[in-house]
Amino acid sequence: MQVKEYRPLIVAFCCNWCSYAGADLAGNNRADYPAEVKIIRVPCSCRVNPMFILKAFQRGADGVILCGCHPGDCHYTSGNYYTRRRMAMLFSMLDYLGIERERTRVEWVSAAEGAKFAATMNDFVKKVTELGENKRLEDLRCKK
Amino acid sequence: MQKVTREQLIERAAALFADGTVSSVLGWKRGEFDYDITPAVFESAEELEKEFVWNDFCGANFSKYLVSKTVKAEEKILVFLKPCDTYSFNQLLTEHRFDREKVYAVGIPCEGMADIEKIKKITGEGIAKIECGEKLAVTTIYNDAPVPVDPSDVLAERCANCKSKKHVAYDELIGDEGEVVSSARFDEVEKLEAMTPDERFAFWQGELSRCIRCNACRDACPACTCEVCVFNNPRSGVENKAPANSFEEKMFHIIRAFHVAGRCTDCGECSRVCPQNIPLHLLNRKFIKDMNECYGEYQAGEEVGTKAPLVDYTTEDLEPGEVFDRRDTDA
Repeated sequence: MQVKEYRPLIVAFCCNWCSYAGADLAGNNRADYPAEVKIIRVPCSCRVNPMFILKAFQRGADGVILCGCHPGDCHYTSGNYYTRRRMAMLFSMLDYLGIERERTRVEWVSAAEGAKFAATMNDFVKKVTELGENKRLEDLRCKK
Repeated sequence: MQKVTREQLIERAAALFADGTVSSVLGWKRGEFDYDITPAVFESAEELEKEFVWNDFCGANFSKYLVSKTVKAEEKILVFLKPCDTYSFNQLLTEHRFDREKVYAVGIPCEGMADIEKIKKITGEGIAKIECGEKLAVTTIYNDAPVPVDPSDVLAERCANCKSKKHVAYDELIGDEGEVVSSARFDEVEKLEAMTPDERFAFWQGELSRCIRCNACRDACPACTCEVCVFNNPRSGVENKAPANSFEEKMFHIIRAFHVAGRCTDCGECSRVCPQNIPLHLLNRKFIKDMNECYGEYQAGEEVGTKAPLVDYTTEDLEPGEVFDRRDTDA
């Protein structure tokens, strides 16, 4: 029997104005990044409620990455500053509950940084693959 | 033992009834057991005389009751507030959740509340009667003579780590004003932080898997005042009690603590009402500790109108990935 290689499932929340355009640019430039990354477009990184991240984990994601404009460049002036505080607190709390730090990440990617987007995703997928399957945050009721 | 007596409180409330200042009183009365004191509304001095209770088991924080009580009230409501309750009172005022004009707040000093679980550890199960006084006289169904228990030995965790004996809001004070006290309330959090991730996970798995999702922590929390709660969504598909080893309970508790982060005054009601005795305040305290360390000291409810750390920002804030480095360099 052939053993299937483990591929993680990554959810990437991307801000419409910077990171989503950055992902677009990565595509236009033919930059490689893993197909395991599923992008969800959000109007601003601060649209991402902590619940979104936890729900993604609950429903089977192995890693969640949140990408937004660089601090200071938010399309809505200050959205990503709030994101920064919220996510710092949330990640610290997840760590407090004993969940691996590498499963969550926030990265600032501008619309001009297609190469950075691809590099970030490659690196993140690599880290999560090393961690392996998400066991601590799963919910059996949501398993297919 | 409480320094202010029940009679003093009734006397003052009766006087306020008599001169027409207030038309109802939010107070405590005996529930099913002597140690199960529940909140109640009293509408006359006679009712107070009959049922009002003030002893070492009056833990309930009435600030949240004002949200629904002041909506339809035509006259003032008298509310008794312990020092920790006044912080919640201010926090709710900051959020414009109730009408201050309709409240007559009476501050009462508190010597700390007793934890029935700690009493049970001394006397055993089957408590039939508790008489509060200098010592708590605990009678169980297995012995005739009451066992004396020192209230200071059975203080609830939140009271043993009391952060303030000072009232930050009141119209009138009965008894003496206390002071903000320094407490070791973050010690337990630090102990957990010092563990390895695996130990922490095992600890929380053990604690939170006992959760029965009764939502008492949410319902009693004076900071949780949404009219429709995010966890009430029947279409989420995962709103019920989950298998013990799944993430559902942890998610509920992370989000519950997150929603009150920055607004939580650390009154400890969540842990008090938990029927499974889960130390839920440790989650809230973790947020308070983190915010104090990252964004400067902040005590919710200390004053009316302050801005909580999570609705504020500076351009120099810590990056989310750096919160761990901060702790590693501390250690």
